[in-house]
Amino acid sequence: MPSYVNPEKCDGCKGGDRTVCMYICPNDLMILDPEAMKAYNQEPDQCWECYSCVKSCPQGAIAIRHYADFAPLNGTCQPMRGTTDIMWTIKFRNGVVVRFKFPIRTTPEGSADPTVGKPAPDPSKINTNQLFTQVADGVEPKKPEAVLNKKFEVGALGKVAKY
Amino acid sequence: MPKIWFYNPGLACAEPEIVEKETDILFVGGGMAACGAAVEAVQWAKPHGLRIILCDKAAMERSGAVAMGLSAINTYIGENKPDDYVRMVRCDLMGIVREDLVFDVGRHVDDTVQCFEEWGLPIWKKDPNTGKTLDGAEAKAKGLTLKSGVQPVRSGRWQIMINGESYKVIVAEAAKNALASYDKAEIIERCFIVRPLLDANDKSRCAGAVGFSVRENKIYIIKAKATLLATGGAVNVFRPRSIDEGKGRAWYPVWNPGTGYAMCAMTGAKLVLMENRFIPARFKDGYGPVGAWFLLFKARATNAFGEDYVAKHKDELKKFAPYGEASHIGTCLRNHAMLIEMEQGRGPIYMHTEWALQEAAEKMDKKEFKHLIAEAWEDFLDMCVTQAGLWACLNIEPEKLPSEIMPTEPYLLGSHAGCAGAWVCGPNEDWVPEEYKAPWKEIGLYNRMTTVKGLFCAGDTVGASGHKFSSGSHVEGRIAAKAMIQYCLDNKDYTPTIKETAEELKKEIYGPWYRFEEFKNASTHYEINPNFLIPRHIQARLMKLMDEYVAGSSTFYKTNKVMLERGLDLLRMLKEDMEYAAARDLHELMRAWENRHRVWTAEAHLLHILFREETRYPGYFYRTDFNALDDANWRCFTLSSWNPETKEWTLETYPYVQIIPDPLGP
Repeated sequence: MPSYVNPEKCDGCKGGDRTVCMYICPNDLMILDPEAMKAYNQEPDQCWECYSCVKSCPQGAIAIRHYADFAPLNGTCQPMRGTTDIMWTIKFRNGVVVRFKFPIRTTPEGSADPTVGKPAPDPSKINTNQLFTQVADGVEPKKPEAVLNKKFEVGALGKVAKY
Repeated sequence: MPKIWFYNPGLACAEPEIVEKETDILFVGGGMAACGAAVEAVQWAKPHGLRIILCDKAAMERSGAVAMGLSAINTYIGENKPDDYVRMVRCDLMGIVREDLVFDVGRHVDDTVQCFEEWGLPIWKKDPNTGKTLDGAEAKAKGLTLKSGVQPVRSGRWQIMINGESYKVIVAEAAKNALASYDKAEIIERCFIVRPLLDANDKSRCAGAVGFSVRENKIYIIKAKATLLATGGAVNVFRPRSIDEGKGRAWYPVWNPGTGYAMCAMTGAKLVLMENRFIPARFKDGYGPVGAWFLLFKARATNAFGEDYVAKHKDELKKFAPYGEASHIGTCLRNHAMLIEMEQGRGPIYMHTEWALQEAAEKMDKKEFKHLIAEAWEDFLDMCVTQAGLWACLNIEPEKLPSEIMPTEPYLLGSHAGCAGAWVCGPNEDWVPEEYKAPWKEIGLYNRMTTVKGLFCAGDTVGASGHKFSSGSHVEGRIAAKAMIQYCLDNKDYTPTIKETAEELKKEIYGPWYRFEEFKNASTHYEINPNFLIPRHIQARLMKLMDEYVAGSSTFYKTNKVMLERGLDLLRMLKEDMEYAAARDLHELMRAWENRHRVWTAEAHLLHILFREETRYPGYFYRTDFNALDDANWRCFTLSSWNPETKEWTLETYPYVQIIPDPLGP
């Protein structure tokens, strides 16, 4: 169904008008039924299985049942995403289980400094080809080592068509 | 008891509120290119107090093509030269690229990758003492950074490995922090911009854009001096191989409907090489990446009978000289060899993961081998979880069993191994040939500006310069943003004026909902109504006709003039019917507009394939009536534009200029 919501775990993000899954889904699929206070996937055949909802659900209520078109039942990948690592539990159809842990970031959440510590660029450099970081570091962007600039005079030049 | 089924609606549509905004700079999109644009723009805008608005159709933290993450950054120049990067790109894209644009990406891209690392992206390194691989966190703990000159782990000449599950989260965080640090900047998430607005007093100038919220009943009319289209490629324009819920498992993000191409076309901006498409050969059905398997794990692929199909068809590739013989064999040509095998009934094609891993096991101890297996899984889990899930569903342990690979349905894009998109200005420098400056002489030479004044592109929307990937798209956003600031400063006295009234725009944007309300009672079934089609119908018809007439997977990517002309007739009728699309709620209103963008993109694609009378990209598509590569006639660009006044498309050729000297390849 691609992503689906376990009704026993979903609490509708406790009555907020928008749930975490609804906030995060890149394709606007997750939606809250405000009466049942449960979320659901409103268009399962447009799910990319990107796992954004699965990873961010505070209740761990969302999982994936892989695409019916081609995936036999009972294989699953379930993530546990922390602030620095992600843990995956992979269950095979035949019962084999494997687990992996991978790093996801090396800095505290929220700390990404867009200036990368560089001073504001000199506004007079706006007409140069330097990006702000290159202005700060005094880096002159490269030019081609050699320039041929050969125009190809081919047969189709001059061809125009209207449709 | 039978019951007339009533649609269970999403967020209800209602009479929309009109929100009018005015800004200097408008960024449309929230992916890698838009994030780069935000970071760069804020730095240059602040001293001048220029206003910035960014509209993302989704939530920036997980929007765009990198939403799920990535296991590699495919463009990092490092020890290479940007000149050789240009050679690689022109080889891969069969000899026709804008070398000025490609070089510009190549010379700046490492700066942006080093920013990613600083922001917290874990990048694998080679331990300088042992030569062994360290993951990004281990490397960081040892203080090993790209900037300090430590070698990354390369999976290919241009690619570096990352622990990229949170790649987009990190890059979006920097962009959001940049915009939050500036009181004249604003982010509007869940705002779907559907078309640019032309200036009332100058119809070849962009004056902003219009869109709507997919969460609230609001229409956004945004006047802007400079507008950036940093949207994604085009997905599910063609009937995909999986047609039920599996059609969501597109190789590229299913939410990319070609918005940028459509918006350029609607506005009269020129498009280039829209005949180009990308057909990735990927793990079958799950569409997991093959790059690390071929390049890092050195896996081999064979046909059903164990034959190496690339070696087998080596002579076949000679037909496509010089491209088939260059140091870098184009991605489409690699598909070509696989397609011969499939068409002649010698599939399935297997990627022999088990051979590669067993060979590797012979050279390492148990612990190292376990680590290698984890790397193999991470390659999927970081960017295509479905493929890992499919292994689990099919009981495939990659060290024991091979996996099928197959070419997908066609995609249009400008950042991966494809080069469809807008015809834009490059850097205004002395080494750039006159031919690449002439089209902008009258409207201004601003880097990444389209042929419509004030309308810029970056990332997937820029044509004729593929192989930017995530990092190149980010840096191209930065390049474009800086040029947009320059443009705003040079056009201080310009006041954007829109020719449509707010009321007219409301009627247009919410048209599909008004139509639903008007006719919904004409049928007992909401999906079957003689007065309208719902967006899903429009898309199904589009995918079918593109597949059948415009070289989709069901014809082995083959077409000809007669097929294309028949396809065009059907497409034009679909374009008319598209005006009769109905939407029942905000979600469906989004789909209605997305499918308009798909139809526009498809029309441009079809016309370009019709216009180019050769087979430029064997393995991506074949013109059976011109079934050869024809450099003597067609080594040139093809440009298209739609005239908003006459509603007519014009296709023309434009000379290719080789900037970087031979050899052809790197």
